[in-house]
Amino acid sequence: MYNSRNIIIGLIIFAAFVTFPFYNNFGKAVTKPDPKLDTPEIQKFPENERRCVEPKEFMKAGHMQLLNGWRDSVVRYGNRIYVNDAGKEFEISLQNTCMKCHSNKKKFCDECHNYAAVKPYCWKCHIEPKEKET
Amino acid sequence: MGTLFSFFVVIILVLIAWVGVKAANLHFLFGIIIPYIAILTFIVGIIYRVVRWSRSPVPFRIPTTCGQQKSLPWIKDSKLDNPSTTLGVIGRMALEVLLFRSLFRNAKFELREGAKLVYGSAKWLWLAGLALHWSFFVIILRHFRLFTEPVLFFVPLLESIDGFLQIGVPLLFVSGIVLLLAVTYLFLRRIFIPEVRYISLASDYFPLFLIFGIASSGILMRYFFKVPVVDVKVLTMGLISFNPDPKVLEGIGILFYIHLFLICTLFAYFPFSKLVHMAGVFLSPTRNLANNNRMKRHINPWNYPVKVHTYEAYEDEFRKFMKDAGIPVEKE
Amino acid sequence: MAVKPKVPKGVPYPDELSKIDYKPPQKGWMDTLVEFKPGTYCYGATIKNIKALESPNQREWSSKDKDWKLPENWREIFLEGMEDRLRKYRSFRLFMDICVRCGACADKCHFFIGSGDPKNMPILRAELLRSVYRKYFTAGGKYLGRIAGARELTYDVLKELWYYAYQCTECRRCSAFCPYGIDTAEVTIIVRELLYNLGLITDWIAGPVVNCYRSGNHLGILPHTLKDTLDTFAADIKTITGIKVEPTINRKGAEILFVGPSGDFFADPGTFTCMGELMIFHELGLDYTWSSLASEGGNFGFFTSNEWAKRLHYKIYAEAKRLKVKWILGGECGHMWRLINQYLDTWWGPTDFLEEPVSPITGTKFENAKSTKMVHICEFTADLIRHGKLKLDPSRNDHLKVTFHDSCNTSRAMGFLEEPRYIIKNVCNNFYEMPPNTIREQTFCCGSGSGLNAGENMELRMRGGFPRANAVRYVHEKYGVNMLANICAIDRAALPALMDYWVPGVGVTGTHEMVANALVMKGEKERTIDMRGEPLLGKEAKGDV
Repeated sequence: MYNSRNIIIGLIIFAAFVTFPFYNNFGKAVTKPDPKLDTPEIQKFPENERRCVEPKEFMKAGHMQLLNGWRDSVVRYGNRIYVNDAGKEFEISLQNTCMKCHSNKKKFCDECHNYAAVKPYCWKCHIEPKEKET
Repeated sequence: MGTLFSFFVVIILVLIAWVGVKAANLHFLFGIIIPYIAILTFIVGIIYRVVRWSRSPVPFRIPTTCGQQKSLPWIKDSKLDNPSTTLGVIGRMALEVLLFRSLFRNAKFELREGAKLVYGSAKWLWLAGLALHWSFFVIILRHFRLFTEPVLFFVPLLESIDGFLQIGVPLLFVSGIVLLLAVTYLFLRRIFIPEVRYISLASDYFPLFLIFGIASSGILMRYFFKVPVVDVKVLTMGLISFNPDPKVLEGIGILFYIHLFLICTLFAYFPFSKLVHMAGVFLSPTRNLANNNRMKRHINPWNYPVKVHTYEAYEDEFRKFMKDAGIPVEKE
Repeated sequence: MAVKPKVPKGVPYPDELSKIDYKPPQKGWMDTLVEFKPGTYCYGATIKNIKALESPNQREWSSKDKDWKLPENWREIFLEGMEDRLRKYRSFRLFMDICVRCGACADKCHFFIGSGDPKNMPILRAELLRSVYRKYFTAGGKYLGRIAGARELTYDVLKELWYYAYQCTECRRCSAFCPYGIDTAEVTIIVRELLYNLGLITDWIAGPVVNCYRSGNHLGILPHTLKDTLDTFAADIKTITGIKVEPTINRKGAEILFVGPSGDFFADPGTFTCMGELMIFHELGLDYTWSSLASEGGNFGFFTSNEWAKRLHYKIYAEAKRLKVKWILGGECGHMWRLINQYLDTWWGPTDFLEEPVSPITGTKFENAKSTKMVHICEFTADLIRHGKLKLDPSRNDHLKVTFHDSCNTSRAMGFLEEPRYIIKNVCNNFYEMPPNTIREQTFCCGSGSGLNAGENMELRMRGGFPRANAVRYVHEKYGVNMLANICAIDRAALPALMDYWVPGVGVTGTHEMVANALVMKGEKERTIDMRGEPLLGKEAKGDV
């Protein structure tokens, strides 16, 4: 007895499971996230002075930990001043510092968060900025 | 010896990824070519192994029965441990594959003073095995967030359950910790239980080190040496749509390449090692057959005719004795 | 314990033997050469028997010699045989590939528990061959060698395979605990077959096979001797009960053919079981016959090669057909039932010349046997008791405190657990179970199965039976158990020596012997003795107590 039928069914299930991402994505045009840095606030700066609190590379991968640190700093210790690696001081505030430049939550924050399936809980406490639908 | 050998092989694998990406700048090789080779090897390899097994027939129906058979109607049969129907077999296999039924039976013995054998429950192996496999499975499912866009419904669900402790940013996933603990336990028992150490081969330690490497590089990457996850997803989505974007490769940290290379090694190694038990368990004739032998004839495809001692020859030899003893004969 | 143990010649005393060191040696197992310890292995077959068994390589040899006089191309023969079986048995190929060496089986083998020899761990027993498989049948093993767990098939390795294949009773206990169901029996069955190809058979197996092929049973009982034996049993039954039973042999047109293990013709306590069966059949007025050719349900061929097993089992259906019976009833035997359940129908079916078994007494259809057409006597008797067709007086077994030993084969290759218990509970008043880790599907082997019940390997048998005996000792000390019931002829042959050694004071009985004690027959005289001629409780001659 070979049980070929069951074995073939089994192999098909196996192949279907393993190759799922390939055919699931087949023919779908997935657009890469493209966070926009074109808010009026940012554009006020001359090109060479457009800097975030820390270098771009660091912010890209580690902004959530920085923000988490900021929250603790303010909520737990009442400290509202952040000194970056270059020695420059910033006010610790999501609304007044981050969102001042990055006022475009949808095109800036959500663009990547949705793509990477991340649900930050910033907006459980902070009020979401009202944006005009573009 | 096997332990050190396997340990150094894994270290060398890490170094290969490190040197290959950092020094030799082979991002394209490690980020695109090797993953394709690994997944192809995995799929083709598993199918090859299963087909190879399946070409040998199951000549006899030999389930290991672990409960009461189905016989008289008033005797309760054990439908899962000694199934007599296909449904029962499916149940038995499900218990075996999902909950490790047989391993749950495990017990240990001790020889006590006065030549007394005592048996005690020994469920740690079962627990660690279950923890390892299930956490690994959950982790694989979680990684679907890198392979689907829009992300499938179960991923956030799984993440919220997995992250229920709500520790740290990003949220700590329990599955990763469980995997590391289980692998560590399984490694330590290989080292400290004398019998298990005695039977262990290099190929037993290697997957443990490899999985340890994969899990720890993943955890480090998530919490400590962060890589831009959006770029990673651009890469993975590119890979699965056969249109990888080499531009993102250089922006992703070395830890990602180490993590990926170890995974590729695991996938490519999988079909040619003991890890094929994943597929093999489904084919095991002592588990996947119903104990209905006396109800339904099993066919052996190579059942060949054999020489036998026929009754005629037997009577010819003993006819006189038989007649003298009054035993009926065919030929007087 | 008041009774002194009976120690077989050459075997250390129990308190000596039970000092077991479970610590594996410092050196790895591949570096530890096999050592043939006297008392732990069987003698090689005589040239006469090797010839009769038609082994492809026949020559005089002795398992005790250094030189086994192997043919020059022994390695090729062995490896070609292996390749052939890898193609024929999915179990074999799979079990060579998927073991993860988790060690769950390691301490489940009675030979490991009794000897502490690490190569008696099922995993390692299989690994002995697996290492050869890796070397010659996998790329990893071929090129990486030792680090991949592969090794050359050397003369020493071959001897090691022989030594440990004949220290496995193929009881399948390991298989019940393995997460993938890897069955060491599948491996040792094949190793024994490969060794058969090289003429490396043991005489204790070859002898019965030769007998069985010629005379129909392992003991070589010829038809007239069978008649004499049954007559003697009938006379004994007359003495005990006053009733004359009249069994028939080779009677055509009987409804049922009865096939039992031939061990029950020959030695106590099996004989009492056979007598019990005769009494029940007589009491029921069953239309049944014995066959002088199909006078053996057991099959030592199974312990050397599949082909021999098939050759020996030909006679059962052939005789059923010739005698034109409707169905077949099988006696109390362990491996016989593994073969009937898992092999016979595949070898020699389909059995369209027989009818689906129906009990002529109760009308019960044995639907679970509708293809094989063979019913186990315990199923048959349990059904009778359930329907109140047997008048039983369990107090006649009051002199017995009984425990039940599940045979490996009926438990793990059939699931035959409740039927015998139901019978025992109905025929005796004092029944005690052994601890749960030692019964039912987790039962321990008697230590002498699969053709190891020889005389020259007594130490091995006492070691292998240690876990079983230990569990008996537990109920012996706790409840005063003095009788070990079973449903297997090898048990009845092997357990008495085991009990005398480890738990003196405990006897061994077949289940149907106890039925016979309790069976109230129509017109019988008042019973004062049991089947063994021992006085019944309360019926002792005066002054005897």
